[in-house]
Amino acid sequence: MSTETIASSAYIVAALLFILALAGLSRHETAKVGNTFGIAGMALALAATIALAFEHEIEVVGLVLLIAATAAGTAIGLWRARAVEMTGMPELIALLHSFVGLAAVLVGWNGYLSVERNLDGEEAHLLAAQDLLGIHSAEVFVGVFIGAVTFTGSIVAFLKLSARIGSRPLMLPGKNVLNVGAVCAFALLTVWFVLDPQLWLLIAVTVLALALGWHLVASIGGGDMPVVVSMLNSYSGWAAAASGFLLGNDLLIITGALVGSSGAYLSYIMCRGMNRSFLSVIAGGFGVEAAASADGGYGEHREITAEGVAELLTAADSVIITPGYGMAVAQAQYGVAELTRKLRDRGVDVRFGIHPVAGRLPGHMNVLLAEAKVPYDIVLEMDEINDDFAATAVVLVIGANDTVNPAAVEDADSPIAGMPVLTVWEADDVVVFKRSMASGYAGVQNPLFFRDNAAMLFGDAKDRVEDILHAI
Amino acid sequence: MRSANFCHVIIGVLKEAQPGETRVAATPTTVVQLAKLGYGVVVEAGAGEASSYPDSSYVEAGASIGSVSQSDVVFGVNAPSTDQLDRLKPGVTVVSLIQPALNPDLVDDLATRPLTALAMDAVPRISRAQSLDVLSSMANIAGYRAVIEAAYVFGRLFTGQVTAAGKVPPAKVLVVGAGVAGLAAIGAAGSLGAIVRATDPRPEVADQVRSLGGEHLAIESAEVEVSATGYAKEMGKEYKTREAELYLAQCRDVDIIITTALIPGKPAPRIITAEMVESMRPGSVIVDLAAGTGGNVEGAVTGEAITTPNGVTIIGYTDLPGRLPAQASQLYGTNLVNLIRLMTPAKDGQLALDFDDVVQRSMTVVRYHDGATEVTWPPPPVQVSATPSLAASKAPATDSPAKARLSPARRLGLVFGSAAALFVLVGVSPAALQVHLTVFALAIVIGFYVIGHVHHALHTPLMSVTNAISGIIVVGALLQIGHAGRAGGGLVTALSFVAILLASINVVGGFAVTRRMLAMFSRS
Repeated sequence: MSTETIASSAYIVAALLFILALAGLSRHETAKVGNTFGIAGMALALAATIALAFEHEIEVVGLVLLIAATAAGTAIGLWRARAVEMTGMPELIALLHSFVGLAAVLVGWNGYLSVERNLDGEEAHLLAAQDLLGIHSAEVFVGVFIGAVTFTGSIVAFLKLSARIGSRPLMLPGKNVLNVGAVCAFALLTVWFVLDPQLWLLIAVTVLALALGWHLVASIGGGDMPVVVSMLNSYSGWAAAASGFLLGNDLLIITGALVGSSGAYLSYIMCRGMNRSFLSVIAGGFGVEAAASADGGYGEHREITAEGVAELLTAADSVIITPGYGMAVAQAQYGVAELTRKLRDRGVDVRFGIHPVAGRLPGHMNVLLAEAKVPYDIVLEMDEINDDFAATAVVLVIGANDTVNPAAVEDADSPIAGMPVLTVWEADDVVVFKRSMASGYAGVQNPLFFRDNAAMLFGDAKDRVEDILHAI
Repeated sequence: MRSANFCHVIIGVLKEAQPGETRVAATPTTVVQLAKLGYGVVVEAGAGEASSYPDSSYVEAGASIGSVSQSDVVFGVNAPSTDQLDRLKPGVTVVSLIQPALNPDLVDDLATRPLTALAMDAVPRISRAQSLDVLSSMANIAGYRAVIEAAYVFGRLFTGQVTAAGKVPPAKVLVVGAGVAGLAAIGAAGSLGAIVRATDPRPEVADQVRSLGGEHLAIESAEVEVSATGYAKEMGKEYKTREAELYLAQCRDVDIIITTALIPGKPAPRIITAEMVESMRPGSVIVDLAAGTGGNVEGAVTGEAITTPNGVTIIGYTDLPGRLPAQASQLYGTNLVNLIRLMTPAKDGQLALDFDDVVQRSMTVVRYHDGATEVTWPPPPVQVSATPSLAASKAPATDSPAKARLSPARRLGLVFGSAAALFVLVGVSPAALQVHLTVFALAIVIGFYVIGHVHHALHTPLMSVTNAISGIIVVGALLQIGHAGRAGGGLVTALSFVAILLASINVVGGFAVTRRMLAMFSRS
């Protein structure tokens, strides 16, 4: 057994551990074990790689730098993981995606510097002997391209999610032409680079990909963020897989493909939750034209006080709470959890109904509620709970709008027609927590607010929930 | 909460006059629901007796016991008898099963009285009206009960068994017509252990039959059934010949036949002939659910079970739903509540008949309006099979709400096309790369299958874990760092340093934050 064979077998075991990690995360009971599998796999892979680095006669300076970088990275990683607010999870995840993207760009550049830039070197000769030099060039290009798109795309997503820039979609004229044009230019540049690996070509493709990533995410609005974040997750996986091809490393390829396909699957789930195709999300511009047309003609809405809501809740036998992004913004989850506990102590059947695209990240609401210690077995998915609304006394809609819009079901001309929604209006009473009568992300007026069984509770969701708690 | 509203309108529940009727039009549960809509309810004494709902249970639910003569709305299961109609107050709205197409005399009688009559059996078959579709809710029960009746008469086990005393073959059941009743019968017979087959002229029901564990026997014919009303229609001659051949062959094979073929407004089609009955084995059982409207089976006697000279029992009961009265009443009562909910848009206990609504329009047989009774039967036809027109109107929209699934042919084409493209792509790549491509392709497939079962609440932890493991890219940088001696090695080492730093933030941060999140999830 040489170091090489030991490393290969360690990689295979690590890859299997990663698969077990993802499989473990599919259920609450096994999720923690799954995470541990992931950590074990990662530790094994790193140990094997460092052994390999020694085998390749790593210099002392390099070793010091390696240890310094890993130590610094570990410290920063642990600090961020401790410090992050659960409402800030989407930003953190987007930022972490950007790191993978940038790392892939750097690995790609290194590949160029050690082979194409150094054609007399050992590695280049080895590749040339196997007739793989052209393939190597293409791999460098693909790796850099995907990595750079992931990098700037994630940075923009991070900026939008942390409200450092506006979440309105950027509407450049002919934006689809720009996107398609960039991809075509990439294809042409790849062919050129394979034939003649020049430095300026690599610089050009890096800049092109950075610009494409920026534009791609900048032109998608805030409400589509669950799709964008899972899409970027997928991209970061493909970037890792591309690096794996570049380095001939199967562990990177397997891991990258696992992450890539899982991200793609999540994007698919999110798109289905909005009844839209992946392409239409990427093309952006949802609901822009519809904003003007759908106003008025719905009659008067009814207001209710926090005391009134408290009265409704204490008289009710069953309550369903449907949270949305507004709950995360107002940080109302603790109050909501407290309210849930109080009502449950009184024997009221309280449950939560979560729309697949509620929040800005797949599963965002679940994490927030879990943070506030709401038991996960009363937090149900839309399909699980939709039939129960008719038999429910009170529904509290907290910071959700489009996901509870009856127009999606009843108005065939509505821009959100056909989108699966929580059928809250079937309950006896619906209370909508809202800051104002403004329309939701899709820019569509919500006829729910004007229904006879619906009442509006205006103001900051956190304060209003506190008021209700006092009144009970 | 809305029950506090003042009760203006009283709903009366009749004690059924038809002999043998065991059902009742309201149960204690539906009384509560009606009260929530703002109505008061009066139940005739003993109305729920036969369905095991004593008067006291209605009183507990908030109804009073008394005469319906002062009620504004009257609920019945069957159409009220002449005596009952005479007792009602003018302007009343009567809701019951009426079958106006089969009972022209009754319609004529109703037209002479100052009342509005709604036929629960005339609800159009559109999705919106499903919750008040009595034919569906009753057919469901009838289908189930038909299997129970057959099993009772049938002298053998339904399920196949291998015992120490020998092998018992399972019973073979043929269900004719896979509508609501047929499907219920398929499900019930299947769960008793029988082998179930079903026929239906509508090709689209084959999947439904299979989903309940039955086998769909297709009748090969050029005629393809697309019904505009949601029911089966009468078929042509060539079809009938093939159909007869199929049934003759089946009759020799099966032990039990349950026929459910109905064509609305017409006598039921004759499907099983005397010759077919004769070809069945002694001890076989036929249940004819259409016996009340002419019968699918030659020799069936309405309301009775008879045995033919060759020992085949033909059951022609018409009161199958009534043989499970508590449940039948509950479902029928809920259908009525849903109708009242539809007619009380404001939930204020004020009944409003909306003639612009196709559901209410279709159900109305006679209407008392401005002091005169007008016959509104038959209603204008309602287009039910909306699929073609819907598709046309939705075509210009970019996101069609009902996305058509790919047909098998196109799906095959797509898969073969991609497979061919992949084949060419991998074929031209060098051998060293092919190994990696194999690994890549298999890992993608594994990824999809592993993720496909993830619980929705765990999507965020899943993302942060995948994020952490995609930090595996650190491996690449680790192998590149520390060769400053080579040409360009210094720059490589510098870039690798940054890459290692970033990727290790990712790895550690991702796993740590996942741990934190998972620790928060707790069960109650």
